[in-house]
Amino acid sequence: MSTRLASGGRLIDRETPIHFLFNGRKFPGYAGDTLASALLGAGQQLMGRSFKYHRPRSVVASGHEEPNALVNLGDGGRFEPNQRATVTELYDGLEARSQNHWPSLEMDIGALNDLAARFLPAGFYYKTFIHPRWAWKHLFEPVIRRSAGLGRAPVERDADRYEHYHTHCDLLIAGGGIAGLQAALVAGRAGLSVLLLEQSPHWGGRSPVDGATIDGAEADDWVKIALQELESLDNVRLRLRCQVAGLYDHGYALAVERLADHQPGAIPPRQRLWRIRARHVLTATGAIERPLAFASNDTPGVMLASAVRDYVVNWGVSPGDRTVIVTNNDDAYRTAIALHEAGLVVPMVVDARPGVGGPLAETVRALGIRVESGKAIAKVLGGKSVGGVAIAAQAGEGAVLETVPCEAVAMSGGWSPVVHLWSHCGGKLIWDEVSALFRPDPARPPTGADGSAMVTPAGSANGALLADAVLADADAQARAAVKALGARLPKSAVPQVETVAEQPLAATWIMPQGAGPALRAKMWLDFQNDVKVSDVQLAAQEGYASVEHAKRYTTLGMATDQGKLSNINGLAVLAGALDQRIPSVGTTTFRPPYTPLTMGTIAGEARGVLFQPLRKTALHSAHEAARADFEPVGQWRRPYCYPRPGEDRQAAVVREVKNTRQAVGLLDASTLGKIIVSGPDAGRFLDMIYTNMMSTLAPGKCRYGLICSENGFLIDDGVVARIDEQTWLCHTTTGGAERIHGHMEDWLQCEWWDWQVHTANVTEQFAQIGVVGPKARLLLETLGGMDVSKEALPFMHWADGRLGGFPVRVYRISFSGELSYEIALPASQGLALWQRLMAAGEELGVMPYGTEALHVMRAEKGFIMIGDETDGTIIPQDLGLSWAVSKKKADFLGKRAQQRSHMTDPDRWKLVGLETLDGSVLPDGAHLPAAGENANGQRNVQGRVTSTYYSPTLDRGIALALVHRGPDRMGEEVPVQDGKGGTVAARIVSPVFFDPKGEKQDV
Amino acid sequence: MPGSRGFDVKRYSVFAIAREALRWHRGWERAWATPEPKPEYDVVIVGGGGHGLATAYYLGKNHGITNVAVVEKGWLGGGNTGRNTTIIRSNYLQDPSAAIYEKARSLYETMSQDLNMNVMFSPRGVMMLAQTEHEVRGYKRTEMANALQGVKTEFIGPERVKELCPIIHIEGPRYPVLGALWQARGGTARHDAVAWGYARACSAMGMHILQNTEVTGITRDASGVTGIETSRGRIATRKLGLVVAGHSGQLAEMAGFRLPIESLALQALVSEPIKPCMDVVVMANTVHGYMSQSDKGEMVIGGGTDGFNNFTQRGSFHHIEETVRALIETFPMLSRLKMLRQWGGIVDMTGDRSPIISTTPVPGIFVDCGWGTGGFKAIPGSGWAMAELMAKGQPGPLAEAFGLSRFREGRFIDESVAAGVAH
Amino acid sequence: MLMLTCPYCGIKADETELTPGGEAHLTRFGPEASDEDFESYLFQRKNPKGVHFERWRHAYGCGKWFLAARDTATLEVFGTYPAQSKAPPKRLLTAIRRKRPGWEGWE
Repeated sequence: MSTRLASGGRLIDRETPIHFLFNGRKFPGYAGDTLASALLGAGQQLMGRSFKYHRPRSVVASGHEEPNALVNLGDGGRFEPNQRATVTELYDGLEARSQNHWPSLEMDIGALNDLAARFLPAGFYYKTFIHPRWAWKHLFEPVIRRSAGLGRAPVERDADRYEHYHTHCDLLIAGGGIAGLQAALVAGRAGLSVLLLEQSPHWGGRSPVDGATIDGAEADDWVKIALQELESLDNVRLRLRCQVAGLYDHGYALAVERLADHQPGAIPPRQRLWRIRARHVLTATGAIERPLAFASNDTPGVMLASAVRDYVVNWGVSPGDRTVIVTNNDDAYRTAIALHEAGLVVPMVVDARPGVGGPLAETVRALGIRVESGKAIAKVLGGKSVGGVAIAAQAGEGAVLETVPCEAVAMSGGWSPVVHLWSHCGGKLIWDEVSALFRPDPARPPTGADGSAMVTPAGSANGALLADAVLADADAQARAAVKALGARLPKSAVPQVETVAEQPLAATWIMPQGAGPALRAKMWLDFQNDVKVSDVQLAAQEGYASVEHAKRYTTLGMATDQGKLSNINGLAVLAGALDQRIPSVGTTTFRPPYTPLTMGTIAGEARGVLFQPLRKTALHSAHEAARADFEPVGQWRRPYCYPRPGEDRQAAVVREVKNTRQAVGLLDASTLGKIIVSGPDAGRFLDMIYTNMMSTLAPGKCRYGLICSENGFLIDDGVVARIDEQTWLCHTTTGGAERIHGHMEDWLQCEWWDWQVHTANVTEQFAQIGVVGPKARLLLETLGGMDVSKEALPFMHWADGRLGGFPVRVYRISFSGELSYEIALPASQGLALWQRLMAAGEELGVMPYGTEALHVMRAEKGFIMIGDETDGTIIPQDLGLSWAVSKKKADFLGKRAQQRSHMTDPDRWKLVGLETLDGSVLPDGAHLPAAGENANGQRNVQGRVTSTYYSPTLDRGIALALVHRGPDRMGEEVPVQDGKGGTVAARIVSPVFFDPKGEKQDV
Repeated sequence: MPGSRGFDVKRYSVFAIAREALRWHRGWERAWATPEPKPEYDVVIVGGGGHGLATAYYLGKNHGITNVAVVEKGWLGGGNTGRNTTIIRSNYLQDPSAAIYEKARSLYETMSQDLNMNVMFSPRGVMMLAQTEHEVRGYKRTEMANALQGVKTEFIGPERVKELCPIIHIEGPRYPVLGALWQARGGTARHDAVAWGYARACSAMGMHILQNTEVTGITRDASGVTGIETSRGRIATRKLGLVVAGHSGQLAEMAGFRLPIESLALQALVSEPIKPCMDVVVMANTVHGYMSQSDKGEMVIGGGTDGFNNFTQRGSFHHIEETVRALIETFPMLSRLKMLRQWGGIVDMTGDRSPIISTTPVPGIFVDCGWGTGGFKAIPGSGWAMAELMAKGQPGPLAEAFGLSRFREGRFIDESVAAGVAH
Repeated sequence: MLMLTCPYCGIKADETELTPGGEAHLTRFGPEASDEDFESYLFQRKNPKGVHFERWRHAYGCGKWFLAARDTATLEVFGTYPAQSKAPPKRLLTAIRRKRPGWEGWE
């Protein structure tokens, strides 16, 4: 059983005991513990269940690479699933629950899968559950889904805040071990702006545990001295608990700083996302130890040798009284020494290498520890915890030579550099045969905007595993980076490290070498996803020979640790099964983030009301006061209608339409786009932009215009007013303002750049109020000011003047068919004029109306609406707007496109009105079925409804529709879908339902 | 297995697994053979993704053409087939799209049985959220069109949306859920298995699956195509299908013509696995995000497309950020889930964002490309239509509207019209 | 996440400030053009896996359109220049040739 040692633990504060809950039980721990170290210290080894077979799982590692010890952490708005216990800093009152079991961690029904494991090999689900057809969806899939998944789904809204921070630097250094610190010293002394980020709460990485002596000082002390110097440099920024999560193109990096995970709710924000543009990136991200593949290597109590050392040295935790060490390299001997120094028993070091010698082994032997060369663990004994190991010859098939009782196993299969950041943007790797590892290939780095290397690896992330090599490499790589960045190299020496020479590693992928199928089926590669040696071999046997196929077929490396422990071992087993060399099998692609990244952190502050910008017109407060019912139109909010007490939306719209038709209504038209086009060539330019002629428009007059894309389709419409000889003001749709302005600038800058034209989008500079209805003129006259009579200001004219003292520009244009004035004035005065109009019009019965009444009235008049009658496939000729497409102009945008055969096809659907025979309102989007079916068995169609409304004016349903040869079929009765599976009869009529001669607007 | 002239393939079943378990699975055979290339084939398909393999499969199954090679430069399904969000639906607006996607959807329903491999088609239902009045109208239009196209969809209200997907927040402050277009028979499938299943079935028919074989040239004479040059030597053929998505332009260039295609990066991401909490597929076009939960428990999330030409299979991070933001607005519980992995695929976008299944200016060369962001769901329908085109030399009804000539004539198939146009 | 230098305001602009606009140096074909030319102008694109000349707008900056030469396979940027250019600057072409000896040219 694991337990807390009576003394030791460089990271814990024994003076500050704290308590936490695991599965509802109270446990003791110390400040400085991780959740994993505290659980181990309290004797709680069982921490979870594996994904597929629900095998008991304990911690195997001590850092971010941990695949097993995942918990549901916290509760309520601070609940988060799949938290790694090994990097969860303990705090008083922490609440954690284990995952993926039912009914309990100790008693898990899902573990039945384990008994059937032989029948559930890799890819078994591809080969079964095929019949009967319904069973996958209704029977098998639900069971599989429920037994898969890990943590619980969060339920409550996130109680925490997150923020983003943008910064630049010359050199971003990922990792604050001795390599990162040395690189920062070099670059900092060179005067570069340096950002040094370390994911853990401590500087120095593994060195203090591994016990190097640097420049005559203990590693811990060297780290302190280095930090003192770095902190004194203004050009160096240092952050702990800040992991570089991903590297993107052109030197863009993301780092996540965990500000409050170790003190929930204490200070907002919980996490900060650093968005960094670095001129260069140096990865000092270290290396991760590899497990060894022997039978039952997933038993709780089997851990990485480095992790065992960490728990003993950092947290004063013993993995058990007796720990067997199994290794293929010298580094694990340091664990034997650490355990011995802590007063624990190491019954045996099982070394796969024949004839083990060298200083580390000799030191261990001198401590009285048995070292067995050329041996292997045949299997681990025990179930929910280690009871012992059976020893066999590594070269054999697993014949047991002896059994060694023990409570823990510390394993080491060598080390793999952390090459993730190097690889995120395409850096390639080379295989190092001596150390059996993939390291960055300096000849094929990820490249930046200028085509040169964007990343430099350093230290053990570059394959330099021993402390002296780490510092030498870090110094050299940092100097190269400094030079590449054009800074002056500082004069300083490489720190000198006293090291013990190590004997070479012997690559060991399966233990023992000749293990048969029964043993291979118990050798775990991926502990979380339950992928074993036998699974990868089966994938190879079945032809899933590409490393990506094998990964996908077996799910190797697809767990939440993304294969940090399993990928290289799996790859080696695959290469062995295919009888290929490891590098020719290749690796899978490394993708960001390095460890899972909280979505809330990615979203940052942009949620709730800050989710997207909200655009409000100058009159917004008046609409709010009138209790308007708003609808989103792009990022704008526009009043849909203004319901009065007791009214629903429909009743409000009917009232607003009737009042506008009979008295006077006010419309907030401020969102309409307003673009000024000015200059000697402005007329010529607008003649290209619009399908109709704008250069001939006289100053003081207005003209309705259409804008088509170069592909011929109608993209916007609006009224254009000519202001003076060289200036036009173009109105666009609400959604079109920015788009059309961009469209104009595109053509001006990129095609007709020698034309003298300026454009300016002044949409937000002006408020615009529609005063609409038979009493509109009366209302304006009560304000006093400019002459708004028919004679002074005829239909489709505009004039500048004052109304009620306000400086205004008044357009006599109408989208409702009524007498209508659109009054533009500086946005700052819009609200005052609106309020004045409302007050002055009280006796006339003035009421505001919203977008829906606007839509109804325009439909009654047969006016098209961009986005309703058009959808990106409609040309003006479809809409009876040929009159607005110039035949005279030699060219305009869309002209050539509209000459293509399909555009001139007489069979195109064209705009008409539809009236149901029974007066009912047609449903939105209804189609007009025709007789028969097409070659694909689809019902033939002869048209579709584009707009449909109840017309309060006519007290019946009206609709606009695009119908096959529609204008030639006036009066014809056609079936229209009724939305209930049938059809309703309608008559094809003119699209202008009301005041066809336009008498009401021109008064 | 369909046909037995080729590579001998044993059937998959629960009994086969039991039998193999007793002998430690030593009897399982290769899913598909790895032959040496022959000097000549009746048909060569370039591209071993879902569309290419499906084309080969239906050439054999529907037209009896089995002297076929599928040439893949990397590994099968390694392009967009293996890196998409696996959504299957056919609720398209335009008739030609609805026809081919519905054909595909119906073929997915029986694919596991047809291929004797469980592709895990899960008809769990797809809903497309309407979050503006404009979108409501757009989806009602699609519902009406679908009713006449034989595609079963319905427009549902917000209460039903919440009932089908309890983790959704329907009263979002900015974009409340006003309803959704619901296709109960849409769903997801296991993407890799689709490629593997087709490859296994093709191999069983005697077709040659040639992985790690890169096409370096296309040869032609006066009468049309004569063959291809590959990294494994020359292969002669008189019928060549180019089914290579984002690399279609490069292949077309080798053959001497140009396509209306641009290659862009489309991104996706998954969360860590959690217990089942969402049993449907949700697409939210207003905020540009879509999501489903895989059988493993991961939330699978699709995001936006970069606007610039890109062959790197990496996208720009701000699209991930926008997608995640938008989805947190609609699914607040996502905030405390973690993104496990993000990646990109290269999508081939045409001028009208609809695919191309067509003859080309070079006799004997056919293209099937331009599936853009929606290719996975089309795989069986696309293969079916492409096989018919290649077998007969002219398009059948499914492919007819997707010819290259439409760009000259202005006869576009534009699906973007259904939604998303702010006005 | 691209960075491009706007040739007008001289700012190294982040991709989020920019909007892409597709292939550069297209010749516009108008009402007199043949069907083939018009189709080619509107739709047929080089879409190279390699050096690409393309349009960008500094949309959330100075508002100007500019052109860039960029490698679509490595994202290396060779240079940017004003949109008011009928052809890429000679110096840029020389620089690209130096880095991509086998490059077949921009036309």
